[in-house]
Amino acid sequence: MTRSLPDRLRVLWETVPGFYGWIASVDHKSIGIRYLVTSFIFLLLGGLEALVMRIQLAQPGEHLLTPEQYNQLFSMHGITMIFLYALPVLSGFSNFLFPLVLGARDMAFPRLNAFSYWVYLASGLFMYASFLVGAAPDDGWFNYAPNSLRTFSPGPNMDFYALGMIFLGISTTVGAANFVVTVMRMRAPGMSIARLPILVWGTTTVSAGILFSVPAVSLAFFMLWLDRSFGTHFFDARSSGQPMLWQHLFWIFAHPWVYIIVLPAMGLVSDALPILCRRPIVGYALVVLATILTMVLGFGVWVHHMFATGLPMVASSFFSGASFIITIPSAVATFAWVATIWTGRPVFTTAFLYFAGFIVMFVIGGVSGVVTAAVPADLQLTDTYFVVAHIHYVLIGINLFGVLGAFYFWFPKLFGRLLDERLGRWNFWITFIGFNIAFLPMHLTGLMGMPRRIYTYPNDFGLGLVNMITTVGSFLLAIGILLFMINIWISLRNNTQAPDNPWGAPTLEWVTSSPPPPYNFALIPAVASRHPLWEEQLHAGVSHSVLDRGFVLDHGKEALATTILDAEPDVILKMPEDTPWPFILTLAMSAGFTAMLIQSWWGTGMAGLAILVCLGFWLWPKRSMVQIASADHG
Amino acid sequence: MDDARLRTGEEPFPSRALPIGSPGRKSSGWYGMMMLITTEASLFVYLLFSYFYFAIWSGGSFLPSELPKFNLSAPDTAILLLSSVVVWWGEKGARKGSHTQLSLGLLAGIVLGTIFVGVQIMEWADKPYQLNTSSYSSLYFIITGFHMVHVVVGMLILLALLVWSLLGYFDRQRHAPVVIGAIYWHFVDAVWIAVFFTIYVSPHLG
Repeated sequence: MTRSLPDRLRVLWETVPGFYGWIASVDHKSIGIRYLVTSFIFLLLGGLEALVMRIQLAQPGEHLLTPEQYNQLFSMHGITMIFLYALPVLSGFSNFLFPLVLGARDMAFPRLNAFSYWVYLASGLFMYASFLVGAAPDDGWFNYAPNSLRTFSPGPNMDFYALGMIFLGISTTVGAANFVVTVMRMRAPGMSIARLPILVWGTTTVSAGILFSVPAVSLAFFMLWLDRSFGTHFFDARSSGQPMLWQHLFWIFAHPWVYIIVLPAMGLVSDALPILCRRPIVGYALVVLATILTMVLGFGVWVHHMFATGLPMVASSFFSGASFIITIPSAVATFAWVATIWTGRPVFTTAFLYFAGFIVMFVIGGVSGVVTAAVPADLQLTDTYFVVAHIHYVLIGINLFGVLGAFYFWFPKLFGRLLDERLGRWNFWITFIGFNIAFLPMHLTGLMGMPRRIYTYPNDFGLGLVNMITTVGSFLLAIGILLFMINIWISLRNNTQAPDNPWGAPTLEWVTSSPPPPYNFALIPAVASRHPLWEEQLHAGVSHSVLDRGFVLDHGKEALATTILDAEPDVILKMPEDTPWPFILTLAMSAGFTAMLIQSWWGTGMAGLAILVCLGFWLWPKRSMVQIASADHG
Repeated sequence: MDDARLRTGEEPFPSRALPIGSPGRKSSGWYGMMMLITTEASLFVYLLFSYFYFAIWSGGSFLPSELPKFNLSAPDTAILLLSSVVVWWGEKGARKGSHTQLSLGLLAGIVLGTIFVGVQIMEWADKPYQLNTSSYSSLYFIITGFHMVHVVVGMLILLALLVWSLLGYFDRQRHAPVVIGAIYWHFVDAVWIAVFFTIYVSPHLG
């Protein structure tokens, strides 16, 4: 009697328990959850940094922090939230969900996926290690030269930041390459590009953006590090350097980055919100095109961060115009969501509340963004708290609120438990009210002229009240996040198993059990529409996705590759086993970056050799994966 | 999952008619290499952007008094382009199943790459300026240095392919690593054209 198919696949795909399995696992579901947990811890760290700053700013003339400590805190707060939380949390969702919504057994490059996580963790720890020596980055997250050069910043603060960002860029880049190739190759048969869930479009679009934009910032930080360590002349104004080149290279990367850390969240909402409105999204094609257009235009607006630098008015006008145009695709998505709610039958779950709050705050953040796109207004508002309010409405509004809603929505698939809805409502309303109390008055603080990034302010400027309100609101927001964690803790201890498809959703991840088995799908599904599980209601008699028959692929760890546009079966891929090399390679790279930090060139060379050895073991062609000729006709 | 679904699952789908594993340009590795090339090409775009940014904003004071010369760089460019041709010839051998042609092509590619790097280092040694002399010198060494690192990585890839070829890993059907490694080598050579134009040709055009 042979074992059943699920049993055989489980033996093939399951990670062995224990320490080895923990460092060697290449399962996209464990990696996705690791990304989510790690990024959430960084969110809490960044939040704690913010709370300390808010205590300092609660009243005029306080002395809880020295100016230098304040500089380090606001810099690390920005770095943490923008680089170590905002994208990684979305990568966590995408890593977990991509193969499931695509009907695949894993990502295209499972080992690279594990590597991407380990490097993210290592680079985050690398940058946070700066606190241990009391020398965290202190020039803000955009780190303008020449203030960040050796002359004005003699400590190792900026070396931590520069090397840490190059290190993190490796993780971001390989992760992005993995998402793009996964979408090109790993879709279930029949999942042509017009049938992709929008979250796939969101993450794929920004992944392409990452491949084009991250090299700019990695190069900028490398040049900065050379200026600081070897006396090159890229950014120092005293000899022939160009400090403005830093701003160009940084914002060529960082403005696309702003879209990179929101578009995948918009994708999550565009998929989940319609399910809670019991209808398909209004204007699927328009929302997809808007996503892509936003990313493309996002590469043409970087100078709007530099209006105050004295650029020629022609350049400023051009980039101002481009910045106005980019509101159009954003508005398309917003109207699509509103129309979906309007014409649907909304179910007011906590996830729905978060998505609705997301839309409201996107509109507020979008409108304050339009204000700063206008050159005259921006010249008045730049470097004030108005810009701080804008960035928080955009990033908390369209990243954090989308993410929290997505947690409520996909939590049963992640962990097999539903989050508590009653506690969820408390969680939502306290977070929502706390956030708005904290950041709505901040627009006023900025209009009153309070500059950002100052550690205190005098009594007679009349800024005490607005700052106190913001501090109270930020603590309320923190209580909201605390309730969210309590909800997770209670729900994980609850023994009620979540159903496979608690929301009656139409996409493939809900075909699997909650949580899914290691191999995801015993039979590779064949897809005939955008909503494989809603076909009876939506397309009765027209399209028939096939979920109960399909490729078995049980001759070892196998997955199906399909063609790029039409998703016709193309190749049977041999997938890699669990392996410790991505982890060991990350250790070698950590050693290399640490050696560069302490300027030990001997150590850097040794780490370089170790990296080559690791790559050799990793990439050595394997007969088991049919990468090379079989022995009999070698 | 109930038994009925399982039984239908065992019905023969035409799965075994598909190629298995990593068949050439249908291998995942090929797509992965395309991604690497995309992002590396972007890196060189930003490097050259920085060069031209300096050239435009620093006015006449940017370039050194002695402009880069062609006496070494022109033959070196020819050598690098020739290396692409021999690697292409070796790859053609892999497609025919000829170990000898593949190994010879890879070996010739490595030799020509080594000559290229050697000539570059000679040219570096002849320069009257160093990395930290001026903005121009910083850019000159970082751009040619970045390219040289890519040539060295490409040579390590060719070397690995040569070892695997001598171990008899490849045959007419299975040589995805050769296809993937060769395209990286061609990319490194193509980038040199852009670097050569920027560093050696463009100063003479102004």
